[in-house]
Amino acid sequence: MQNLGLRFPELLIWSPLIAGLLCFILKNDKSAKAVALFSSIVTLVISFASVMYAGDKELSGLKDAYVWMPYLGTSFNIGLDGMGHLLTFLTAFSFPLIFVATYKNNYKNASSFYGLMLLTQAGLMGVFTAMDALVFYFFWELALIPVYFLCSRWGGERRIQATFKFFVYTFTGSLLMLVGIIYVYLQTPATPFSEHSFSISAFYGLHLSFQEQHWLFWLFFIAFAIKMPIFPFHTWQPDTYEQSPTAVTMVLSGIMVKMGVFAVLRWLIPILPEGVHKFETVVIGLSVFGMIYASLIAIKQDDLKRLVAYSSIAHIGLMCAAIFSNTQIGVQGVMIQMFSHGINIIGLWIVVDLIEKQTGVRKISQLGGVAHNAPVLTIMLVVIALANIALPLTNAFVGEFMMFNGLFKMNAWYAAIAGISIILAAVYTLNMVQKVFYGETNSVTAGIKEIALNEKIILAVIVVVIFLVGVFPQPVFNLTKETVTFLIGKGR
Amino acid sequence: MNEIILTAVWGIVMMLSGAFIKNKSIPKYLAIGGLVVILIANCVELYYRESFFSIDVKNMLNVNGSETPYYLTFITVMLFSTLLYFLLNGRDFEKVGSNVAEYFALIFFILCGVGIVATFNTLLMLFIGIEIISIPLYILTGSDKRNLKSNEAGLKYFLMGAFSTGIMLMGIAFIYGGTDSASFFLDKINIGAGKMSPLLVTGLVLLLISMAFKVSAAPFHFWTPDVYDGAPTVFTSFMATIVKAAVFFAFFRLFENAFGTIQPQWQKLIVIITAATLLIGNLTAVFQQSVKRMLAYSSIAQAGFMLFALFALNNKAKEGLVLYTAAYSLATIGIFAVLIKMNDYTIDGFNGLAKKQPVLALTATIFLLSLTGIPLTAGFYAKFYMLLAAVKNGHSMWLVILAVLCAAISAYYYFRVIQAMYFKDGNETTAQDWDITPAFKTLLVLTAALVILLGIFPTIVIDWLYY
Repeated sequence: MQNLGLRFPELLIWSPLIAGLLCFILKNDKSAKAVALFSSIVTLVISFASVMYAGDKELSGLKDAYVWMPYLGTSFNIGLDGMGHLLTFLTAFSFPLIFVATYKNNYKNASSFYGLMLLTQAGLMGVFTAMDALVFYFFWELALIPVYFLCSRWGGERRIQATFKFFVYTFTGSLLMLVGIIYVYLQTPATPFSEHSFSISAFYGLHLSFQEQHWLFWLFFIAFAIKMPIFPFHTWQPDTYEQSPTAVTMVLSGIMVKMGVFAVLRWLIPILPEGVHKFETVVIGLSVFGMIYASLIAIKQDDLKRLVAYSSIAHIGLMCAAIFSNTQIGVQGVMIQMFSHGINIIGLWIVVDLIEKQTGVRKISQLGGVAHNAPVLTIMLVVIALANIALPLTNAFVGEFMMFNGLFKMNAWYAAIAGISIILAAVYTLNMVQKVFYGETNSVTAGIKEIALNEKIILAVIVVVIFLVGVFPQPVFNLTKETVTFLIGKGR
Repeated sequence: MNEIILTAVWGIVMMLSGAFIKNKSIPKYLAIGGLVVILIANCVELYYRESFFSIDVKNMLNVNGSETPYYLTFITVMLFSTLLYFLLNGRDFEKVGSNVAEYFALIFFILCGVGIVATFNTLLMLFIGIEIISIPLYILTGSDKRNLKSNEAGLKYFLMGAFSTGIMLMGIAFIYGGTDSASFFLDKINIGAGKMSPLLVTGLVLLLISMAFKVSAAPFHFWTPDVYDGAPTVFTSFMATIVKAAVFFAFFRLFENAFGTIQPQWQKLIVIITAATLLIGNLTAVFQQSVKRMLAYSSIAQAGFMLFALFALNNKAKEGLVLYTAAYSLATIGIFAVLIKMNDYTIDGFNGLAKKQPVLALTATIFLLSLTGIPLTAGFYAKFYMLLAAVKNGHSMWLVILAVLCAAISAYYYFRVIQAMYFKDGNETTAQDWDITPAFKTLLVLTAALVILLGIFPTIVIDWLYY
């Protein structure tokens, strides 16, 4: 059992990777689909087992290391801590949801589509388990490349430009981060085999001077801010979400944006605490401004996909602000909210996709009265929408409450201004629900049918998770407690 | 040593074969066979540290020094790239003109020059090596005799090349006069810190300019796009990869061995040249419509990254330079091999290639990703090493930031080709006959696999340096 436990992080990467490559070889689209679904369920089982088996071990608790390039001081070093468990579980949980929810969608060249999806999953798993800066950078980029191809190949009309903007933004950010990683690497002490080391423990052990931390902070933070995205680096996001095929949008908004949040927690705060402390007000200011800004734009949106995209910017802004509040409760809130936001937004996308598939329209002004024909869909949506506004009993309430609490502890003004975004979230979400689902049925929505069984099951699962985490969040706290304590200890 | 002698001999053999053998495909096999033998001979020398030939070179060439394995590693990389180049493009030689054997002969002479510039110990040998490389190239550039563009490119290249050679000779003369020992040997020039004589400074700057000419670094790059564009594509591929890498290696060796101790004095100049090369190469490539011309500018841009080796001048730079030349040569040879098969060299000509020729499109994508520097390809480690070397050097961090921003720009033009191949629909009316054999496809796939292998284990090249 001991050996098996040590292999979990590795299995989480290999299982989607091998299945993904297998999909490319299969010419048959149906079997590729089946392989993708099967492997994503296997990954979920592995992830579940690893969470159950491990609990919250310290950072060095579970890890694999292969010697990779010894004299460069890098090894294929992967492991899982509480936060890693949480996010790998989110990744493993989301992919079956996405595959089942979009099971009826027929893609041209489905075998490459599913192959690329699984490669994305492998890349994400790698990002969340990497315990070596170079390995982290590798997977950080590798998660991007398949997504680039997915969006450009299967996306909407303006897909090529939109996706390319996304690619150039994130690629630029990554390269800046690479310079930062190299600089930090060159400061690490020698190991028996090499002059310097890329391992996370060597990075954590460093004490960089104030000045170095100040400019290094921006090299790292810009890369992460683009990924999250934080105002003013967010402009790629609405276009990309709108133009991508829905399955990919779910991956992007549900999991990939968490890469940014995760990276700040794992690679920024512990390594550059002084830099973080110095610029925390700037970052919180940007985040809070971005929240209000995105919420206001969301109110004006007529396109469902863009509305969800802007609402996502607002939610991520709150997470970022809470991280930089550097309080135990705030960061703990971020942990739970990373998970909740992933689940909720995937639920929202599924509903948007269902409506678009049936009517061919995404414009709020053209829709109406969906509830008459599809009551089950409506009930599910209302629950997800309420979670999006963070009503009590839903999962998002726990997280947002804690994050606001943390922000309030740091500076009441920020919390007050950020609080406005809750009201704005209620405005745009309820407005959307009201206009799309209630009111008179019109010619566009007259032909709408109730959703199929697979979609019902998926939405039901999401709703159950929303309530479960909303009422009983303790397991998530237990899982991530050690990580949070460690981060706060480092941040001080 | 093996390489220099054998390539020269084999060049003559190839030339004679042209006179006596009428069959057009035999020279190709002769060339490939000869190159394999030379490659093996070179590896044997690398392994046993002893050449087949014991010739007293009067220390003009570094054939027994402690640095020799490093040079031999570089030569191995060059020979291997040439072998791939022969295998991929052998059939295309016949399309340029009827003198196939002569083309191969000229390339063997160039390889002889590559061996000399990789091991030179005196400025005279550097000069001879550069000339042995350049003169056959002038001929190859103009070899498509009926094509006006090729003629123009040949003449342009010759005039520009002769001009920069003149500058180089003058630089050598100044340095000869400026050092106390009045010697051409690099180790005698290597003066300690302190004030330099005006003669020496002039010589250094002239050498810097002439070498910048040869590697097409800005602002001495103007000949490159026209020459690369005008030359027959098969030979552009060779010029842009092996020749460029070899001359770069000479550039690096000259400044490391002769002027290494006074690096602070000329580092500023390199910083300016690097920044200009990166900016001009990348920004101009963005606007190109022809893939061939775009690759010409991309080769300038890549030279900008290679200049980091000169900027940093440390161990990591030395390792990185070999890795960079390997990664860059592999990817560029590959992408040119695909380009040659196209009828239409514009970016629109690549539209819908993924449907028509999936293997070509996939391998071309891998080569382009490598040129961009995406992880899992050799190009990533090449760039990574250069950045590592530059950051380690510690000066001018802004230059490093500029370089990564330029790398992001480079994604723009490399990805335009990928977009054309995969996401745009091709024009069905311009169906072309594909002159593609299964062997060619297999080789392309192998080259792409090698690019990825180097991207996961770059150690296979660098390990040779640590023996």
